[in-house]
Parts: sequence; C-alpha cells; structure tokens
Amino acid sequence: MTASVITARGLPSAQATVPRLRLTAAWALAPAAAVLFAFWLLPLAHLIVLGGQHRDGGESGYWQVLSSAQYLGSLAQTCLLALATTLAALLLGGISGFFLSRQRFFGRSLLVALLTFPLAFPGVVVGFLVILLAGRQGLFASLGLELAGERWIFAYSLMGLCLGYLYFSIPRVILTVMAACESLDRNLEEAAHSLGAGHWRVICDVIVPGLAPALVSCGAICFATSMGAFGTAFTLGTRLNVTPVAIYNVFTNYANFAVAAALSVVLGALTWAVLLLARRLAKNSRTVL
Amino acid sequence: MKRSTLFIGQLLFTLLVCAFMLVPVLMSLLAGLTRNYFQGVSSGLTFDWLAQVWQAYSPTVWLSLQLAVACALCVCVVGVPAAYALVRMNNRFSRAFEELMVLPVAMPGLASALALLLTYGQFGGFRSSWLFILVGHVLFTLPFLVRPVMAVMQRQQLPVLEEAAASLGAGPIRRFFNVVVPNCQAGILAGVLMVVTLSLGEFNLTWMLHTPMTKTLPVGLADSYASARLEVASAYTLLFLLMIVPLLIALQVIGARLSRGEKP
Repeated sequence: MTASVITARGLPSAQATVPRLRLTAAWALAPAAAVLFAFWLLPLAHLIVLGGQHRDGGESGYWQVLSSAQYLGSLAQTCLLALATTLAALLLGGISGFFLSRQRFFGRSLLVALLTFPLAFPGVVVGFLVILLAGRQGLFASLGLELAGERWIFAYSLMGLCLGYLYFSIPRVILTVMAACESLDRNLEEAAHSLGAGHWRVICDVIVPGLAPALVSCGAICFATSMGAFGTAFTLGTRLNVTPVAIYNVFTNYANFAVAAALSVVLGALTWAVLLLARRLAKNSRTVL
Repeated sequence: MKRSTLFIGQLLFTLLVCAFMLVPVLMSLLAGLTRNYFQGVSSGLTFDWLAQVWQAYSPTVWLSLQLAVACALCVCVVGVPAAYALVRMNNRFSRAFEELMVLPVAMPGLASALALLLTYGQFGGFRSSWLFILVGHVLFTLPFLVRPVMAVMQRQQLPVLEEAAASLGAGPIRRFFNVVVPNCQAGILAGVLMVVTLSLGEFNLTWMLHTPMTKTLPVGLADSYASARLEVASAYTLLFLLMIVPLLIALQVIGARLSRGEKP
C-alpha cells in the first residue's frame, strides 16, 4: 500500500491534449466499467431491492431492521467500536508516524517496514494474533497470572476486537502521516518557534492543522474498514454483537435474505455517509486506500 | 549527537507500538514450531505440525495461488487501460469513476459478497467454480493496481510522449502497447504485487463466496482456528506468512524506489 499513498494530481498538460486522443481513451475504460457494472452496481441494486421485500406477509427487511432494538443496538455498537478504533489509531499512529518522518536514526527504515507489514494481514489472521496476545493461553493471561494471580483475558470481547482493528488501522495511519509530513512546510514551524511558541503550541497550532486533511481522510477509511471487518470478529467468536456478524448469522442461520440484505444496505450506507462527510471536511483529497 | 529526552520518549513509544504489532506474530511463529505449546519451548522444536498442515491443507494453498495469479492477470487487463483512460480524461466524469472503483474496497466486503451471492448465486455452475471467488477478488483489488499505475502515468508526462508518437503516425493501439505500457512498468509491477498479496489474504468476500470444494488459504485458516489445535493453527499461519512476507518486502523495496522516482 506504500505505492497507493503517493498522491498525484492531474498535470496541466493533460488538459491541453487533442480531444481526439481523449475520445479513444474513453474506450479504454470500457472493460473496467463493464466489470464494475455487472458485478458490483447491478448486484448492489438487487441487494437494495431485496432489502425492501416482505417475507411471509411480514414487514419489509428495512422496517424489521429499523424497528428492532437488537439490530439497532448492534449497529450503534459497531459504529462506536469503529469510532473508538479510529481515534486510538489516529493518536497512536499519528505520534509514531510524525516521529518516523522527522527523525533519522539507525534502523528507521526497518522499523517503518515492520510497522507497515500488518496492513496486508487478513482479518482472520489478525483475530488469531489477538487470541495469542490476550486469549486463554495468551501472553496477557500468563503475565496476569505472574503479576496479579489471575488470567487477564480480553480477546473474546469488544476490547479484543478493538485491538484487532488497531492492527490494520495503525499501519495505515502511519503511512498516511509520513506521506503528509513530507509536504508540510517546515518554515511555518520555525517561524512559530522563533515567535516564541513552545513545543506543544507548535504541535497543536501548526502541525496538527497541517496534517488535518490527511488525518480526516485516513480516519474515514479506518472507520470504514472497522465497520465492515468480518474476519476478526469471526475468529474471536460469533457471539460478538457487531453488524457484520449479525448479517452473517441472519443469512446463514435463518436464511432471512430480506433482513440480511437490509442490514448490509444500512451498514454500507452508514459507511458511505462517513466517507462522504470526510470528503467534505478534507477538500481536494482522494480516498486513501 | 546528543538526543533530547523527547526523542527517546517518542522512540520508546514507537517501539512499543511495533512490539504490539510484532510480538503476537513471533508468538505464532514459535507456536507453530513448538512440540507442545502449553509446555513451552522446552518440549522441543519440530516441523511435524508444518508437515501435518501441508498434508491437510495443501489444496487451499494451490487454489489461493491460482486465484492470485488469475486475479493479477484480470486486474491488469482491465485496470491498465482504465488507469490510462482516467489519466487521459482527467475530468469530472473520470474522477467520479475513480471513486466508484474505490467503493468496493471501502464498503463492507460482506455486503458486496452478499450482493454477488444473491444475484448470481442461482447460476449453479458459476456459483460452485473458483471463478465466482475470482470475480470478488477482482472487484476488491482493482483500485490497488489502478492507483499506482495512474500515479506513475501522471509523473511520466505521458500525454506529451503520446502526442509525439501520434504525430509520428502511431495509431491508438500501437501507442498504448509501445508507449504507455513500457512507461508505466514500475507502477504495474507495484500494483501486481499488491494485488497478489491482497488476493492471497482476502477473507471477508471469500468466506461468503466459497464452497466446500473451493476453499482458499484464508478460509482454511479460519477452519483451523475454529477446530484444529493451537500448534496446527500456528503452523498454518506460519505457512501463510511465509507466502506473503516476501511479497510485502518486495512491495516496500519497489515502493521506496517509486517514491524516489527511479526505475526498478
């Protein structure tokens, strides 16, 4: 994902090309458009319609979701969990990313490499790592047994899920912050220092506002992945009341397609709304992958 | 040079974050090689678990590799022309299209998979073949090729080169294969590596799309986490890491070169 962080806006020369070339270029988009239309837009439209269907003369899927305390509760819990993960990742990753981009020391690039590896780990593997860390036989269990005489087990709760989501959020934040720091104007910081601003003042009034657009768009994508991450929750136990697990249970255990579709649509719409909001807040930014 | 206490503090903090990321990975590697994890390393190291995993799960490894290669090919065929078109058009429509392309990645994978399943699930032959999973992987990985290729194209001043070729009489197809593709090899390489890595590890979509006959590596991993003993699950994870860590290292080397603007 290192490569996708490189942001490049269009060059002015691209605007000045002959229109004839541009028309032939549009043809090159056809295969991608066909794939996206047939396998994403069309199924998505079908899903939206399915969510409105009635089963056995009951209410439509959407109404069942929106009137059930259980589904609404799981949606709220998922949102809160994603929000908490995002904020924690921004804080932890922001500090580390800023440090790594500003300082040069022996082993720095190795540290960056190690910190960004977990980005490509699938959710299931991350779930397993959380179990090794905080499960029944995990590191914290034996640590707690040594120190306090009781096993510290929190892998199978929302806390464990949050830890798991941090695994793929922190590397993303670090990469984004490092890329954004490159484009910060260091003169501004020096000017602030020479005007007598202290260290914290410079961080709060110069650096954080400068990084804000990158932090917002990266935070949005962290939020989005935490909303939809299914693998981690699946490994940690299907008793966790988060929406992806709820969708899976409704679909496989009850074969209730209308409710499963409606839940997916609501979850997707919530995620999309957050991404759009982030776009508004951080103008001129593309979705960071 | 004397470093300030702030530097030391930040370094310790970063090392702590790094430890949080790496300690469980190392524990998993160790557990996969330990004879009995509950007794600890003192029970001896062994490759037995790895052999057992290979016996039970090697089909999932082959299927995953097959999927990753096929996915990379498909994404190249679809994505490189698309990146070219998006760079050339560079208008409101192309930016909207780019966003549309990113959506399958940003949206919950479970929702996309459910949509695919409910729409194309009734076509039994397609549903039960590995091509069904391939479709999901292509959707999910497409932007990871298109983005780096676009970045390289934009930096290479491609429109200028292409106009030169056009003025010398090269047709659109010739221009694409002889000017565009050679000039963005670095981007394509980085994109392909990313696509292969992601395809090998994709779970959210794959879990919904797979059938008992088409189990990929991550699906097998989920199975082993649920049912096998800890050592076997760890050995399986070790196998998976052995497959993707070289890819990740290659990616970082290429990424570093790309951001310095060199040709690999």
